[in-house]
Amino acid sequence: MQVQLDNEEAQVAFGEALGQVLQGRGLIYLEGELGAGKTTLTRGILRAYGHQGAVKSPTYTLIEPYELGSQRVYHLDLYRLSDPEELEFIGGRDVLADEAVCIIEWPSRGEGWLPTPDLRLALAVAEQGRLITLTACSDLGARILSLLERQAHEVSQASATSKLSDDQLENGVIQWK
Amino acid sequence: MRVLGIETSCDETGVALYDTSLTGGKGLLADALYSQIAMHAEFGGVVPELASRDHTRKLLPLIEQVLSDAKLTRHDLDGITYTAGPGLVGALMVGASTAHGMARALNIPVLGVHHMEGHLLAPMLEDEPPEFPFVALLVSGGHTQLVEVQGLGRYQLLGESVDDAAGEAFDKAAKMLVLAYPGGPQVAKLAEQGDPKRFRFPRPMTDRPGLDFSFSGLKTHTMTAIRQLEAAGELDDQARADVARAFEEAVVDTLVIKCRRALDQTGLKRLVVAGGVSANHRLRERLHVECKKRHARAYYPRGRFCTDNGAMIAYVGAQRLAAGECDTYGIMQATPRWPLDQLTPPVAADS
Repeated sequence: MQVQLDNEEAQVAFGEALGQVLQGRGLIYLEGELGAGKTTLTRGILRAYGHQGAVKSPTYTLIEPYELGSQRVYHLDLYRLSDPEELEFIGGRDVLADEAVCIIEWPSRGEGWLPTPDLRLALAVAEQGRLITLTACSDLGARILSLLERQAHEVSQASATSKLSDDQLENGVIQWK
Repeated sequence: MRVLGIETSCDETGVALYDTSLTGGKGLLADALYSQIAMHAEFGGVVPELASRDHTRKLLPLIEQVLSDAKLTRHDLDGITYTAGPGLVGALMVGASTAHGMARALNIPVLGVHHMEGHLLAPMLEDEPPEFPFVALLVSGGHTQLVEVQGLGRYQLLGESVDDAAGEAFDKAAKMLVLAYPGGPQVAKLAEQGDPKRFRFPRPMTDRPGLDFSFSGLKTHTMTAIRQLEAAGELDDQARADVARAFEEAVVDTLVIKCRRALDQTGLKRLVVAGGVSANHRLRERLHVECKKRHARAYYPRGRFCTDNGAMIAYVGAQRLAAGECDTYGIMQATPRWPLDQLTPPVAADS
């Protein structure tokens, strides 16, 4: 599934929709170069659980935990890891065992230690805005993707067309407004 | 009171000894970071390279080293203090459990302290420490904060970064310019060759009142500028230096504008600047000029106390332990998220 997000507002809105369909759990890999919008998308996911404040990049801190009511969301950035084993020293095992949403930037740095995710998101800078490619890697991931697609249809219905219009589904890419 | 301080909140394992019967920097009996010292003897040879944040294996040898540097044994200690947060919970637990275990065995008080309070008070270890109250700019890879400091435990957050920290922006700009990570100092070096007039990058959040910072947009702007130069086939060495210069000017200018505002808003005449980015020469020059205009003065901790270290934790913990504050045995603290303005002045355990 591919989604085109024209601006920051759409990036956050899509993140929020994703956060809602996750329903409080899931392991998500976020891939993309510097400035691809990984932290912005995370801000949207956190908004789905009621977080209104700033979302800091966890590049330095490695893990930013959020407690939103009884819901926990972990935002990790493994960019500074030099060895996947370092995940042991930063409490990675506890994070993964928790019933929570776990978003991991730069998962390649934890390869061999990290389990397979539910969803893999690849972000890229497009001509305008960002293009996200979503791949399901588990049953939960597949369910999340079908819920998201359904929601894309609802979004399109709300804008007065009965199904995804041509301009919303250009070359199979969903235009998320 | 001789206090052992332990810092394990993030990357560095730091240990120091502070004696409250002496003042300022004189009270610091010994301090060391694991990464800075060669520990050969204990291992009967060269120490194998340990992974970053492997505090478990680094901490005890480092404590032994610091005690031996100060020609003391653990029985000479009157208290132990450790970083209780904010930081990585797994890393914090190592310092907290070691401190609590040792304190209980030695039957001396133990106390968890706030990592950022350590940074705020690090200049107290210098020969001419600032008097309270002062404004502090903490600017590093992990933090960009302006704090009003009225006294020990009396802090008010004036503003902070809503996204990336300034040091992190430097590191990311370094990556875009194909410099090694962490590349803050290398960006500054490259900027020296740059033409400040060729590009002008935005100064985020300076056009509106307030003391918050934002550096994420500047990161994107830098990336776009580099891409455009690349597409036009103009990304030569000079262009890279010009981009580095424009980037550095934008970060420094933003920091200076906010410091100036913080001094004017609080009416204070002392500015403490700490964190890795405080080593930046252009930032220091510009702050010097702004302080002079206001008959104010800027204070900096020495280089190795600008970044994470055990000395600042030993200092802060010693002040609080000496005032009678301590943890309950068996209840160690590890608090990954801990806003600075939740701190209070020392509270004696028996009061």
